[in-house]
Amino acid sequence: MNANSPLSAQAAAELQSMLKRHGSDPHALVQILREFQAFAGWLPRPALLHVAKALNLTLAHVQGVADFYRFFHTEPVGAYRVLFSNNITDRMLGNEALLRQLCGLLKVARNQMRADGLVSVTTSSCTGLCDQGPAVLINHHQVVTRLTQERIAQMAELIEQQVPAEQWPAEWSHVDDQIRLADVKLGPQPPPGSALAAALAREPQAMLDDLKRSKLRGRGGAGYATGTKWQLCRNAAGQVHYVICNADEGEPGTFKDRVLLTSYADTLFEGMTIAAWAVGASRGLMYLRGEYRYLLEPLESSLQRRRDMGLLGNSIQGRPGFDFDITIHVGAGAYVCGEESALIESLEGKRGVPRIRPPFPVEHGYLGQPTTVNNVETFCAVTHIAVHGGAWWAGIGTPQSTGTKIHSVSGDCERPGIYEYPFGTRIGRILEDCGARDTQAVQVGGPSGVCLSALEFDRHIGFEDVPTAGAFMVFDRSRDMFEVARNFAHFFAHESCGFCTPCRVGTELVVRQLDKLKRGYGSSADIQVLYELDKLMHGATHCGLGAGACNPLRDTIAKFRPAYEQHLKSLHFVAGFDMDAELSQARRVTGRNDSGAHLENLE
Amino acid sequence: MMNDHRIDALSPGTFALDGHEVEFGPGDSILQAARRAGHYIPHLCWHPDFAAHGSCRLCTVKVNGRTGAACTIAASSGQDVESDTPELNAQRKTLLQMLFVEGNHFCPSCEKSGNCLLQATAYQMGMEGPHFEEFYPNRRVDASHPDLLLDLNRCILCGLCVRASAQEGKHVFAMGGRGVSSHLLVNSESGQLDDSAIGPTDRAANICPVGAILPKRRGFVIPIGQRRFDSHPVSQEDAT
Repeated sequence: MNANSPLSAQAAAELQSMLKRHGSDPHALVQILREFQAFAGWLPRPALLHVAKALNLTLAHVQGVADFYRFFHTEPVGAYRVLFSNNITDRMLGNEALLRQLCGLLKVARNQMRADGLVSVTTSSCTGLCDQGPAVLINHHQVVTRLTQERIAQMAELIEQQVPAEQWPAEWSHVDDQIRLADVKLGPQPPPGSALAAALAREPQAMLDDLKRSKLRGRGGAGYATGTKWQLCRNAAGQVHYVICNADEGEPGTFKDRVLLTSYADTLFEGMTIAAWAVGASRGLMYLRGEYRYLLEPLESSLQRRRDMGLLGNSIQGRPGFDFDITIHVGAGAYVCGEESALIESLEGKRGVPRIRPPFPVEHGYLGQPTTVNNVETFCAVTHIAVHGGAWWAGIGTPQSTGTKIHSVSGDCERPGIYEYPFGTRIGRILEDCGARDTQAVQVGGPSGVCLSALEFDRHIGFEDVPTAGAFMVFDRSRDMFEVARNFAHFFAHESCGFCTPCRVGTELVVRQLDKLKRGYGSSADIQVLYELDKLMHGATHCGLGAGACNPLRDTIAKFRPAYEQHLKSLHFVAGFDMDAELSQARRVTGRNDSGAHLENLE
Repeated sequence: MMNDHRIDALSPGTFALDGHEVEFGPGDSILQAARRAGHYIPHLCWHPDFAAHGSCRLCTVKVNGRTGAACTIAASSGQDVESDTPELNAQRKTLLQMLFVEGNHFCPSCEKSGNCLLQATAYQMGMEGPHFEEFYPNRRVDASHPDLLLDLNRCILCGLCVRASAQEGKHVFAMGGRGVSSHLLVNSESGQLDDSAIGPTDRAANICPVGAILPKRRGFVIPIGQRRFDSHPVSQEDAT
């Protein structure tokens, strides 16, 4: 299909029925684009124009939304779109060689569509399968885990033979929960409806008061008191109140929500329903990250079962006036949408740019109405608190960090997977349990969290000491911590929404500085520049993405400085310019880009 | 305009800006109140006639020790606001350098030189060079319109044209792309300016603080030396 040729009659009809299914609601723009792309493979401009007219939006607005999300394509892409998860853990498992192998077998250049339009191969941010990587995502839908050279060779053949991805060996797409250690949240679950019944036995305010007694704090990273958030939302005036589940688990190295969504969906949905009772909401939304698209159908079935059981819908559990239902919105590849106001923008069919706050979502959230946004794990915790009481929960963990936390353990250890511990657990204990040996460092809470060296393994998980959103990536002494930081720097630059100057330009400058060090052209002056950028981005960005983007850099420079210095040309030499970069003009003028035209290839 | 800027005498309040007392009215941001009172806080994406954007971050100040953009923080009684400090001005200089290296800004050959808010603010903050390596991006120039030139090489993504055009009900501009590839989009089927609804007298066509949107055939009508910032630095401009 040419970029500007009109839509085929079939495509137009398909698009029309999608628009109709969404009631031509402009707030459904992201969902409509996603569904049409699943049908057509990409989003040609005539389709964007059709959508714009139908939704009464400008073409530029629709185009701006379409090219904000990494999983949307406004240029033709291969019929098979292979995305290699490119988290540091995938890299440590050898994804780079596998990507090159696949490109070689399929005779396709990375990041480019093969001339016959059959396949595109590229990388994506962490897809949440670090415990069973290297992993790929096919056509923004199907996952393949535990890649090996053999699997890649077979995959290349299947693609060449144009076997639909749904017909590939089923075991390739098998995703294990890998629960290695279960505590209260991952242990036996209350039967569906029992926690809700316990909540409904009390007045909403009584439920809220008990939640405050539990001292539960949000599990998504920021650690805001859930009871306080819900109280603010309940108190806020509005026509409708909304409950939103943030299942946009994008922090690299985090995959605990994947497991909760896979095997604990009832507990999660029950927590959302209890939230609706407590804050007085009638509508719930789940924002499911695009990488977890394969979980959509099972989650929808789970919702339907709950409707059939009278646990969702009108007069829930026979209580007149308690009406609540949940719809699932699937994201399209944007880490920044994990920030709650960006998530709401995306739910409203817009670019996922964080809002100016205040006002906060509890007062002015989805469609301007009072909205509580909570993490998957938080809702699950609420269900258990409704059954066992706030005092019980407050008795687990530490005074400021009550209850348990689920950790996604990956990297250099014998037993990667899911571990649940009460807050207050020692880092070293987790390392022992997962079979980590000769450990150099642990990245807790993902790239925007903290990097701990061996001197700090006696510290404890908790808001008082080492807070975490759930990632726990282990690096042994064979790893180059500079490469870890460089991977994270590329991640942040890739995921910056581009709205504010310090994050948009700063993340890119950090990448350029680190790549320069990697090429061996760096000097100690470059490390000084990195310090400056870190300082600026901590105070001047619009949201937390930019503010945290230099955390891995700061930690690794401070704790593993020799890893940086080994990449420096000289500790004292100040490089004036990059010789090879200077040649780029000459390359452009002469139209040459062969290996002889690059300095590093000349002896 | 004056009415919009009136301070409601019924609910006066004051905060301290670098030790000066500043009065504010209901709904004022720190930047709004400061500008009305004749104080300068560096800014690029803020404009008194439009809702705050908060993207350039030049107006970042410290309020009771916490940093934030003065254009997005509501003024309230008793705030202690620091703005004109060596630390914050150094940070502003870095932000300006970032904007300069991100785009293609060649002041000597730019018609906007002397009238440019980016250039004037860079002078104000004592910026003497780019500090970082230039990106030299390959950006679009749209000369399709008979009266207007759109040169994205100079765009700083302040969104003022987007807001102005929305306010005029035309919605000619929108933001596209993401991260360092973010860029301005023109609303028309071809994506070109001449197919859009923009007119040369639109607010959106005249609000660009830099030289990204320029009227054609006006080159050097005002000679260098007689331009907006030739007689006074940006800090001594009126609030409007």
